[in-house]
Amino acid sequence: MTSSTSVASRVGDRPATVIRLALHQFPYDLRAFLRNRQSRFFTLALPVLFLVIFSSVFGGGRTKVPGGRIEASVAFVPGIIALGIIAASFVNLVISVTAQRESGVLKRRRATPVPAAALIAGRALTAVVAALVITVVLLGIGWAAYSAHVPARTAPALAVTIILGALTFCCLGYALASVIRNEDAAQPITQAIMLPLYFISGVFVPAGSLPRWLVDIASVFPVRHLAAALLKAYNPYTTGAGFAGWDLLILAAWGLAGLIFAIRTFRWTPQGR
Amino acid sequence: MVTSERGTDVVIAVSGLRMSYGPFEAVRGVDLRVERGEVFAFLGPNGAGKTTTVEILEGFRRRTRGEVVVLGEDPELAGPSWRARIGVVLQESDPERDLTVLECLDLFAGYYPSPRDPKEILEMVGLSDRSDAIASRLSGGQRRRLDVGLALVGDPELLFLDEPTTGFDPTARRQAWEMISGLRSLGVTVLLTTHYMDEAERLADRVGVIAEGRIVAEGTPGTIAGRETAAAEILFLLPSHARFEELPDPVRQAFEERDGDRLLLRTQSPIAVLGPLVRWAEALGVDLPDLEVRRPSLEDVYLALTAQDAERRQ
Repeated sequence: MTSSTSVASRVGDRPATVIRLALHQFPYDLRAFLRNRQSRFFTLALPVLFLVIFSSVFGGGRTKVPGGRIEASVAFVPGIIALGIIAASFVNLVISVTAQRESGVLKRRRATPVPAAALIAGRALTAVVAALVITVVLLGIGWAAYSAHVPARTAPALAVTIILGALTFCCLGYALASVIRNEDAAQPITQAIMLPLYFISGVFVPAGSLPRWLVDIASVFPVRHLAAALLKAYNPYTTGAGFAGWDLLILAAWGLAGLIFAIRTFRWTPQGR
Repeated sequence: MVTSERGTDVVIAVSGLRMSYGPFEAVRGVDLRVERGEVFAFLGPNGAGKTTTVEILEGFRRRTRGEVVVLGEDPELAGPSWRARIGVVLQESDPERDLTVLECLDLFAGYYPSPRDPKEILEMVGLSDRSDAIASRLSGGQRRRLDVGLALVGDPELLFLDEPTTGFDPTARRQAWEMISGLRSLGVTVLLTTHYMDEAERLADRVGVIAEGRIVAEGTPGTIAGRETAAAEILFLLPSHARFEELPDPVRQAFEERDGDRLLLRTQSPIAVLGPLVRWAEALGVDLPDLEVRRPSLEDVYLALTAQDAERRQ
């Protein structure tokens, strides 16, 4: 009895089991995400709104990008895609994970055999899918309204950048969720971190028109590198496959640091009470 | 599997359990044995150490000292295969967000190696007609039944119920009791915590009263703390024209005190007192208004056992 039990517990944590349970978790998380009005607004509607507003208000001239100049309205598309990815994988994740932990939802799951890795991977998959969906929507709007288009040559680079970006910000989201003690604080804290970074990282304002020192500060943080990598994969003047090697490397490093911190500090039980 | 001398399964075996939070000792030496198929109730005031003890048994908390074996394993070290054999209803937990009742059960069923059919669970907890409702929109009583359903969907051998009916209205409580009683037919061992006497009396095979982190009494609801052999109390209103001195000897000897307008007698042999009292009243041609014979209720026993604890808190 004892020996068969210990064998079974080893089987329970096999990678195959983790993957199977992550794929079991994923459609439920995705469904909950899509049903939630707040999630839909902040991750799907708001980026679209931003794109339309920024392109309409500031879209008159041409923006300087590496290699030449493009329509300002078109130049906003990759920046707002960065915002959409971060909204889906970071902001939304921090809020929902904090709420699940503080309301006892994670604690109840902890009493079942499901491994933590499966829950985390399942939730991350939802964030990646949401990020891909919002990207497709934004590209569609950019194409239809502002005749923006992605060269087929750099499309793989764009897809890789989106997925790496989403995964990085998921890891950072789990890391931040660990230090937020109550769910009411989650929304204001994530916005307080992200809003200034959006402004200095080439999301709301093209990086070419920002002072050099501000871009240098932004370059420490991952938002700038996501925006830069997206711009490179999107920019029609880009030569080659469009992979922004250095930016992707820094993004991955941030993601790894976030993951290590998140694994060390992850909590199942409410921290605020 | 731990097997006792009599050959029955011991599902929970605890000895010398202690738990400190800094200088405060919440659990101060708890010993406990629960056998397979039993419904065991942990009864105690808030802050007596019930939830701490149960959370140690569930594997949520590390203990400071003592031995704990649950389903043959130490909960601190047990893995997924052990968690597949237990079911936990937490004292406080919101439903899964933005999922329907049936989706919650399907989600949890998928976590277990050999789950029960979620539809069958819905039937069991009486939520079949709410299966497509968003779980967070259920009433308090319905949410609690969903909690129990989620704890049962993995087909557990042992179920923990932490204050399952706190905050319920009387109807919801009665429905919850019927459902919990029904678990007996599944052969599930149940560890229940509560601060309601009637709940423990109605549901439990055995009761442990916990106060100040110690089990101060343990037994069946009917016999705990010598309840069945304790002195009976007889109360009645003395007829207005009768005087105390006229009462028969056995009655006057058993007299304890006046309880309002009524006389309170206490005796080990109620018939020896009641007989003379009734014959006296018949001879006098009077009735005995408000006559009452009672044994100490579980509540009396509980209040006596936890009185010290309550005093020290004030």
